Amino acid sequence: MSQPVVREIRFFLAHTPGLVRHGSKPTREIHANHSVWQDIRGSLRSFDDAVAYAPHQVMLGNMQPDDLNTAEAPWYENMLAEYSTSGPHGEMVNEDQFHGLLKAADEFDLVLLEEGYATRVAAELRNHPRVTDEEIERIQGVPFSRIEERLSSREGAIPLLTRDGATIGLVQTDYVDDPSLAPDILLENLAVKATATMALRSVLAESGTDPASLQYVIGSGEEAIGDRYNRGGGNLGKAVAEASACVNSTGADVKAFCCAPVHAMVVGGSLVQSGVFPEVAIVGGCSLAKLGMKYRGHLAKEIPVMEDVLAGFAVLMGPDDGTSPVLRLDSVGRHTVGAGSVQQAIVEALVADPLDRLGLKFGDVAKYATEMHNPEITDTAGSGNVPRTNYRLIAALAAQRGEIPTGSESRDKFVEEHGMPGFSPTQGHVASAMPFMAHAMDDLKAGEYQYSMFLAKGSLFLGRMTHMSDGESFIMEANSGAE
Amino acid sequence: MVVLLGSPTAESAEVYARTVTEGDPSWVGPLAGIALGLPVFHVLEEEVKSQFDAAVYKEQVSIMESVLDTDDIIDAMRQVRDAVGV
Repeated sequence: MSQPVVREIRFFLAHTPGLVRHGSKPTREIHANHSVWQDIRGSLRSFDDAVAYAPHQVMLGNMQPDDLNTAEAPWYENMLAEYSTSGPHGEMVNEDQFHGLLKAADEFDLVLLEEGYATRVAAELRNHPRVTDEEIERIQGVPFSRIEERLSSREGAIPLLTRDGATIGLVQTDYVDDPSLAPDILLENLAVKATATMALRSVLAESGTDPASLQYVIGSGEEAIGDRYNRGGGNLGKAVAEASACVNSTGADVKAFCCAPVHAMVVGGSLVQSGVFPEVAIVGGCSLAKLGMKYRGHLAKEIPVMEDVLAGFAVLMGPDDGTSPVLRLDSVGRHTVGAGSVQQAIVEALVADPLDRLGLKFGDVAKYATEMHNPEITDTAGSGNVPRTNYRLIAALAAQRGEIPTGSESRDKFVEEHGMPGFSPTQGHVASAMPFMAHAMDDLKAGEYQYSMFLAKGSLFLGRMTHMSDGESFIMEANSGAE
Repeated sequence: MVVLLGSPTAESAEVYARTVTEGDPSWVGPLAGIALGLPVFHVLEEEVKSQFDAAVYKEQVSIMESVLDTDDIIDAMRQVRDAVGV
């Protein structure tokens, strides 16, 4: 039986400084002290600065991850001279365009935009190849007086602001008695839908796939869509399929915190291999709650509040086409219930076990993709360099098994060769291994190496239902038909 | 009473160590301005490591010794203890 292949992956980034105030931590702290928003606002980046930021150019595919090793640091002070809002792996829009896309994704009049602003935003989006005429028509505004009245007279609405502090609209609930449909939750979910939809449309267009031919879309994000009787019930996958004109598709969501995308890839690949569905898309929308999560550390160091970008992705999987990289379903690594939560046990389950099964050594995998969080965001706020820690763990295990010499010199060499600097916005599940997949696809197709491994971990304990962690992994292999 | 830390960076270890000795340095948590003066150690420090069953330490902790910036973490802990006299 042929193995499933990954045909295409695309990312969609939105620079949304005005929405940073709606991230979970800023929301709580602005509520307690209104001056916090002014402090944050003074450290928000311009769109140009966000686009010219080297890690974002790596996300878009205009730079390689390893280019960051030689890019002058700190990257937030050394903007690139050459940059673009689009690249071979995706695109990045500004906050005005994203507000328009929120309105376009809204089928329940949850988003109101001021009429002059709506007209301007619609004009900006009119020539975008993946925004439909019907959506442009939907980006209609209302008089500012109505927005003011709605924000001041009743509960159940939150303002939408731009980076410069102007109120340009609002998000409202149509059912104030339901906390699962509160405006901040609806904003979060609409942002998820908008980012995932734009990524899926891009994947379909770039791969030359007729949307009507797709049969299944799996949502893999961390959002909780549903009303009070079914909070988190979903189903983003099908909502995104509808918004992407996949009229013959259905879908469902896979939930597993940050490692849901890897779980979803395995589920999707299995559906393809079994022949249940010939092609399956995996989507992951953004994580708005994480905007500004580490703002306090950034303000303390007087550096930009860098969690100002939303990110979504979409992957298209299909049967073996003789060229696309293969998802080795026989290489799936699982962190089992009985494995325990010690880091060593997790890495053994996710890395060593799959390698053993395929008869490979640690060094046979050219590049490992782990949580690809941009260290400039995390390290400056006391959370450490997440990818480097993970790569060192893999190296330590390789040393323990005698596959590389012990000692920091050998460890650092392994990390440099088989790892890479983190470059992803801290967008939860989106950052988990997936950002490297687009680069790996290029490398595997070009024959630069044979294997790349993708591993992700999830903090299940955050939901208070278990003390466990989670993790899953798989290996992608160059297609032998391409040789 | 001893406070035992397992935080992954020198910076975070220092914040937690200061929090339980001289009070929350960020002045936002419940221990802001409250100097508990508790002795505080990191699990990677020799004083702690030597008290473990060596086999348990190897299984549960030792791999992280080679992953984290252990020397920096130990330095940070000692500096906090020296500064506040615990």
